[in-house]
Amino acid sequence: MNVTRGFTGRPRVPRPGLPPGQYDSGDDWPVLSAEVTPDLAPADWTFRIDGLVAEPRSWDWDEAHTLPASVYEGAIHCVTSWSKFGVRFGGVSLDAFLDVVRPDASATHAVAYAHSGYTTNLPLADLTGGRAWIAWEYDGEPLPAEHGGPARLLVPHLYFWKSAKWIAGLTLLDHDEPGFWEQNGYHARGNPWEEQRYSGD
Amino acid sequence: MTETATTGGFTPPTRFAVPGRIAVSDRAAAVWQTATLTEIRRETPSVATFRFAVPGWAGHLPGQHLMLRLTAGDGYTAQRHYSLASPPDDAGHIELTLDHVEGGEVSGWFHTEARPGDEVAVRGPLSGFFAWPGDRPALLVGAGSGVVPLMSMIRHHRARGLDVPLRLLVSARGPEELIYAAEYGAETTAVFTRRAPDGVPVGRLSAEHVAPLLAERPPGGWEAYVCGSNAFAEHASRLLVEAGQPVHRIRIERFG
Ligand SMILES: Cc1cc2nc3c(=O)[nH]c(=O)nc-3n(C[C@H](O)[C@H](O)[C@H](O)COP(=O)(O)OP(=O)(O)OC[C@H]3O[C@@H](n4cnc5c(N)ncnc54)[C@H](O)[C@@H]3O)c2cc1C
Repeated sequence: MNVTRGFTGRPRVPRPGLPPGQYDSGDDWPVLSAEVTPDLAPADWTFRIDGLVAEPRSWDWDEAHTLPASVYEGAIHCVTSWSKFGVRFGGVSLDAFLDVVRPDASATHAVAYAHSGYTTNLPLADLTGGRAWIAWEYDGEPLPAEHGGPARLLVPHLYFWKSAKWIAGLTLLDHDEPGFWEQNGYHARGNPWEEQRYSGD
Repeated sequence: MTETATTGGFTPPTRFAVPGRIAVSDRAAAVWQTATLTEIRRETPSVATFRFAVPGWAGHLPGQHLMLRLTAGDGYTAQRHYSLASPPDDAGHIELTLDHVEGGEVSGWFHTEARPGDEVAVRGPLSGFFAWPGDRPALLVGAGSGVVPLMSMIRHHRARGLDVPLRLLVSARGPEELIYAAEYGAETTAVFTRRAPDGVPVGRLSAEHVAPLLAERPPGGWEAYVCGSNAFAEHASRLLVEAGQPVHRIRIERFG
């Protein structure tokens, strides 16, 4: 694309860890969700894994909290082009949940679904190996409702629409099935480093 | 819906899951096109409308947005989302309405540098979720520049002479900050939060504004579209829910 006349951009220091087309939002944490923020108390929250697993099961708030605590510290990247550095989420690694249900060898993908009805799809490989969490704390405090509290999925190496707020469950599948935004033109995987924003990217 | 197929009968308690209205064209969403600025119109002291010629524009539906990219001499790019202000029947042209955000990188360039003849890159239209093709009664609630996608809906309604019910509640700090002030008709109620003309009350959007519109309830009920800052979207969507609008028939576009 041609240079935009008169546009220099804001003075910038190179920011390691900033994917292409993204900017550092600093202290800002914009909220982007298409639905009404649900009124969901921790006591009413449950998380279920089913589909292609040996033992489908659900956890309530207290049961989920008996799993080993795990923290993510790093950056998050939103497809609307902001990235946020130095975030700290507390929760449980998704591996700890998956160890319990034991995914079938045939499981390749997952659909994450939220208590709001929102859905998003992910390759199973993006949810394992210490790269995904169920997060209920932000900066040592309970995760605010507008950011997905009481608990959200956290997959920080993908664009943030994959990190379903108000997470209710995962269904493991042997094929990929587009979720809410993916049916609305967004990319099936959403890797920020490859700028997989929209289908066709 | 795929939801039922994949979630083993899980019923979301808040019944969101309204699917996107419109399938988005993969091709249009993926391709960057050159948009040439043809005209700038001032709307308020801090807001202006930018009209572009985009010869290959595939068309859009009221409510959709696009992604816009500016490129600096050293290759640095800045991309932002902007709602389409113009109605679909504006062949080869689109209009965006930008608030001049203090210290804003992209809106700053538009408000201080841009002039007719300048070229920027756009891709879209994006998201079939917030789109309204004019088929169902629509209750629109916006604040500040959040009225932009809603104006596209009103213009579409007018241009096509549609008779499906349409109402707009628009909030602004004062009359001089009300975007598109001259264009509103009987479908619109303006709410002023800081300063109002004589005889008009000052105060934020409240249950009193929402109740009469919900009481009107057209056949089939309203499809509600809420747009603005996150704080406004939270406030307005709560008012709608408290007034009886079903949660799963509220679509929200948050400008961050
Ligand atoms: C779907 C969607 C539709 C939208 N539609 C519209 C629309 O129709 N009209 C509209 O006006 N807006 C719209 N927006 C908002 C728009 O995308 C931009 O966020 C807005 O124009 C601000 O961008 P900017 O580059 O001017 O500001 P930015 O540069 O992003 O700055 C935003 C704020 O952060 C501060 N800031 C951030 N980083 C720095 C830094 N390094 N140094 C100093 N200050 C900093 C700035 O001072 C400013 O206050 C929409 C957003 C979405 C998500």
